[in-house]
Parts: sequence; C-alpha cells; structure tokens
Amino acid sequence: MSESTSDLEALLAAADDGVAFDGLRLEHEGDGYALETPDIERTGLDEGALRDALETVPAYVSNWQYWQREIRGDGTARRAFLRRCERAPLADDESADHQPVADDVALSVPERYDALANGIDREWGQLCITVRFVDVENPDGERVYDLWHVDDAGNDLADLEVYDDPRDARALATEDEDGRYRPLKTAPTLRSGWAFTGLSGQELVDAVEFFYPATVANWHRELHGELDVDHWLETAERQTGIYDVIDELPREAVDWMAEACCVDSQCLRRREWQYEEGDDLEVDGGDGAFPCREPCSLVVAAARKWTVLESEEERTYELELTTSELNQLTDLIDAVAEGRTDEVREADVYDGANRYRARYLRAKRFDEDGNLEATERDGE
Amino acid sequence: MQALVIAAHGSHLNPDASDPTYAHADTVRETGAFDEVREAFWKEEPHFREVIRTLESDEVFVVPLFISEGYFTEQVIPRELRLEEWDPEKWDSDGTDASQATLEATDVGKTIHYCGPVGTHDAMTDVIVQRAESVTEDPNVGEGVGLAVVGHGTERNENSAKAVEYHTERIREQDRFDEVEALFMDEEPEVDDVTEFFESEDVVVVPLFIADGYHTQEDIPEDMGLTEDYRLGWNVPADVDGHRIWYAGAVGTEDLMADVILERAADAGADLGDAIERVRAATAAGTGDEPRSEPEPGAGAGD
Repeated sequence: MSESTSDLEALLAAADDGVAFDGLRLEHEGDGYALETPDIERTGLDEGALRDALETVPAYVSNWQYWQREIRGDGTARRAFLRRCERAPLADDESADHQPVADDVALSVPERYDALANGIDREWGQLCITVRFVDVENPDGERVYDLWHVDDAGNDLADLEVYDDPRDARALATEDEDGRYRPLKTAPTLRSGWAFTGLSGQELVDAVEFFYPATVANWHRELHGELDVDHWLETAERQTGIYDVIDELPREAVDWMAEACCVDSQCLRRREWQYEEGDDLEVDGGDGAFPCREPCSLVVAAARKWTVLESEEERTYELELTTSELNQLTDLIDAVAEGRTDEVREADVYDGANRYRARYLRAKRFDEDGNLEATERDGE
Repeated sequence: MQALVIAAHGSHLNPDASDPTYAHADTVRETGAFDEVREAFWKEEPHFREVIRTLESDEVFVVPLFISEGYFTEQVIPRELRLEEWDPEKWDSDGTDASQATLEATDVGKTIHYCGPVGTHDAMTDVIVQRAESVTEDPNVGEGVGLAVVGHGTERNENSAKAVEYHTERIREQDRFDEVEALFMDEEPEVDDVTEFFESEDVVVVPLFIADGYHTQEDIPEDMGLTEDYRLGWNVPADVDGHRIWYAGAVGTEDLMADVILERAADAGADLGDAIERVRAATAAGTGDEPRSEPEPGAGAGD
C-alpha cells in the first residue's frame, strides 16, 4: 500500500512539469490540474480531487512509476527493447521526428495489464522472453522477465536447468547440443534445456546481450532509421594484414559467400549489407528480428580463403564416373552443406551420403595417393 | 557513467580463448567500479566494431588485453572502434610505455580513453611473479630458483620482445630470484634450450601470453622437453636435463590480471575508488599472504 502511495506522491510531484506518458496526461494549469487517459478527461482539479481521480486509474499510475522511475533510460536501446517485450508503443512519451517502425501492433496500458497477469511472450532469435507481473493478485506495476529457448516454450520449468545470473548465458551460448563450439553467436544452434527466471529489466538485457551481442543496439538504431550499414566492399577495403586481400574476391563470389554463410539457416541476423551501395546481392537477407550491419569476422576470415581459392584458374579434368556416381557427388556435397551427415542412417545405402556408400566410392575411384583419379585435359 | 571495455583477440576455433577475458571482466564487475563492463573481441562477439554502441555510458575506458604494442593495439583496435583521430604517435611510446589517448568514437559520439596494452604495464611484473608463486604453491618462491619469462619473439613485432625484456629486467632488479632470463619461441635465446641458461636446479617458466592455446599448451611444452607429445600432458615440476621445470602456462590466466586492467583504466583517469586495492586483496595467490607490492589493502576487503 505504502509503495503505491509513494508512486502517487512521485507522480503528483511530476505533474507540475506536466506528464504525458503511455496514454496518461497530467498538467498543472492556472486553475488546477488536468488529468486525461483514453477513458477519462478531468480538468480544474485541486490536489485532493486529483488524488481521488488518480486512484481510479491505478494501472496508469503504476505503469508510469515502472517506466519513468524504475526502468528510465529515455531514448536507450535497453528501454526500447523492454517496451518491445510487452508490446508497448516504442515511441512512448517522445515526440520523435522519426517515428519508430514497430514490428507489430502496440497494446494500450489496460490491454498490457490484462496480458501481464498471464505473461506476454516475445521471441528474439531463438530466445523466448516472458514478461509478467511479480504480484498477479495486486499488480503494482513491478515486472519480471523470464528467458528461455523457443523450443522449451511448452516444457515444464522443472525439466529445465534454472539460472538467475545473466553471466551464465555465456556458457550456455558457447557450445551447441553436440558440444561443438559456436563461434557465431547468432547461428541458429543455441542449445535448449535452460531457463532464466525472475530477471529484472537490466538483467534481461544483459543476458540477451551475452546470447546475441549488440543485436539490441543495432535493432534500436534500425528502429530509428539510424542503422549504419557497411557494405561488403567498404568492409573488405578496410581490412589490413592477412585480410588485406579480401577486396579482390570477385563480385559473383560475394553472392555465393552470402548464400553460403548469411542465410537464415546459418545465421539469425537479417543481412542488410550489400555488395556496395546501389549494387545488391542476389541472395535474400533473411527474416531475422535484428539486422546485420556489416560482414562479421567469420565471413571476413572465410572470404580470405575464398579469395585465395578464386585466384586459381579453372581447368578441365577427365574422370570416369557412372551417372549414379556423379549424382552421389551431388548428394555428398549437399549433405555436408546442410549439416545432415549425422542424420544419414547407418544402413541407409540408398542415400548417396551414407558412409558405406562414400567409402565404396573412395575404394573404387581414388588412386594410391588418396586422390580422386582424374586427368587434366591439355589446353586446346 | 563510466564503462570499461576489455578488448581481446578471441578465437573462431578455440572456445577457451576468451575464458581469461571473461574471468577478469567478472572480477572487475564485482568491484562495481564501472557502471558497465563489456568484453569485446576481434574474433568473437561483441566485435570491437560494435561494442561501444552497446554501452549507455558517455565515458568509456578501453583496455586491450594484449601483450605488446603492435599491429592489434596500434592499428586494428583503433580502426575498428572508429577512433578516427587515432595515431600511434598519441601514445608517445618507444614500445613499452603507452599509457592512454583520449579520442572520440565517431559512430556514437562518446569519449574513449584508449589505453596501452596490459602486457606492458608495470603491474604486469607483479602478475608474472604471482604466476610463479601460484605454480610452485610457494608465496615466497625466489631463493635458489630461476625464472624464465617466455615471449613469442620478433616474428611479427619487435615490441613483443621488448615487453618480455622489460619485465625480465624489472624482476631481476627485485633481487628475488637467483636468476631471471627472457627467452623466446622464435629467436635467440630460445626456450628450447631453457636448461642451458640456468644454474639453478629449479626453474619456473612463465609464458607472457594472454590465453592458453597452441603456443602455451602444445609448442612450448614440447620444445622444452616437458613431454614427447602435448596430448600426454606433463608434470609440474618436470625433470629436464637435471633441472626441475615448473611450467606455469599463460600468465594472462592469473587472477591478478584484473588488477592490471584496473591500473590501466586508473592511469587513464577512471574513478575507481578502492577497487584496485580490493581486487589485489581478492586475487592474491590464495596463500593468505599479504599482497606484496603496494601499501595496505582495505581491511577485510576482498573475498
């Protein structure tokens, strides 16, 4: 009770400078206070009448308290992200020149208060975030945040490893389900089976930052039309040392590279960079919630390898293969590219990427040096 | 608000490369001296390129978790942070005495205090000594013992050898170890012949590297003859040519490294309160011994 009283006192103190937030308007005019929400409009209130009137709109009061006095950080990515979590209007009290482009319909305060009793779920890559009231019976505006893997959304909390320190996210993000290192944090290979519960807003943002570094900051920039994209050529030309060569990667190879590395099946960031301004890559940039503003260090490192490989001249080889063997080479490349070699069943000799099939092909077609038997055709 | 960014190399292949960075960042976080602490990497995320925008603080102290002044600290990090006014001359260093330069990161309009690498700070000398204490489990190690400080050498950067020699000389001046030598992987005097450079039977070998990896866990142990094959492991101490070699692994994994990071930020003007004293107390080689190098830490502070 005393907390909501102090909320009220704080709001009254703020009223003298005027309050315009999330549908709540309060102004101190010559003849008293004016109060407005989407449902009521009162003017000429003395302090006592204003107190009484505010007590009829407790959701607006505690909502103001939560955002303006607890979360604060006007204009920060952290605040915008937390507002996205509960589908609040992202422009809240700011009369921004550039209206943020929200990715869905915003909810009003009463709609949010209804929904927060059960929890509002939002996704961010493979993360699922639930924001809910701490006190469901007597909501005082205080929210907490739960965080888990989207694949665990239907699972019982008791079946998950529960954490409360955002720093634990680092270890969870390090390896995939098979224990392989994930050098790319936004690869769609985050393991499941864990949950963070009861995080504060700051802790939630910290945890998200450990899972998907800088995604909140770049999403926020994009929201305000301020995403500073560095296209392939700018990024490539900036490199020095062993990566100095990558600006020599042929134009068409950059398309192949983006298709290899930057599609949704490989990375959850939505590629916004192109070959250069006005010269778009053919490949789709993906549907991710957060943008990719320049080629990442993995792409840069791989580009170095491809630049060296692409500097080789093409040659014509002759090799003996049956039609099925040629098709099998396609199957093998496809299986590796799709990461499905582990899924090929032991005895499924009908699959060209089956291990026995591959071993048979090697036994038949490799020479004594362990290479595919092929002869280079003389230039004509 | 003030923020600390620890800028490290990281790895695309080795998940352990960033462990020391995270550990030292956590030590600093626990002091509460900075409003925000971030790890940033060349090969991991957040990348140097995008770390500053993740901060709300207006004033940011960037400390490179690198051993020497050179390619990464003078070119790569400032470029990727978008410190457009940067010039290595701003450090006014002959290879081991960069302190800091104040610049603006042009994508975010924040003040960046770009500090010299941890590896050349005077406090690093204490970390090397503490590493020797840790590996021998002897808080007073020194008498009758030789110490080898091992560096990469000049293959890529002459300052890398300078940093090794700098700390070697400082430890020598302390007169604590019977002998102190600087050895290198790819130049004379070479770490392969470690036993030839020492009279002492016991020799502690501390590689001046930030993280354990190929060099410290494969190359150096095999080159020194601690083991035939790094995969088989080695003893600490290991008997080699009548000497007992106490091989410490990368100095950068020593807890006291967090102190060097704070010292760098303090030199650049960060307001740290008593954080340095508390970190020293908390990271003193778990021996119950008093921290050596500085006046009294805050009573009862630490763990």
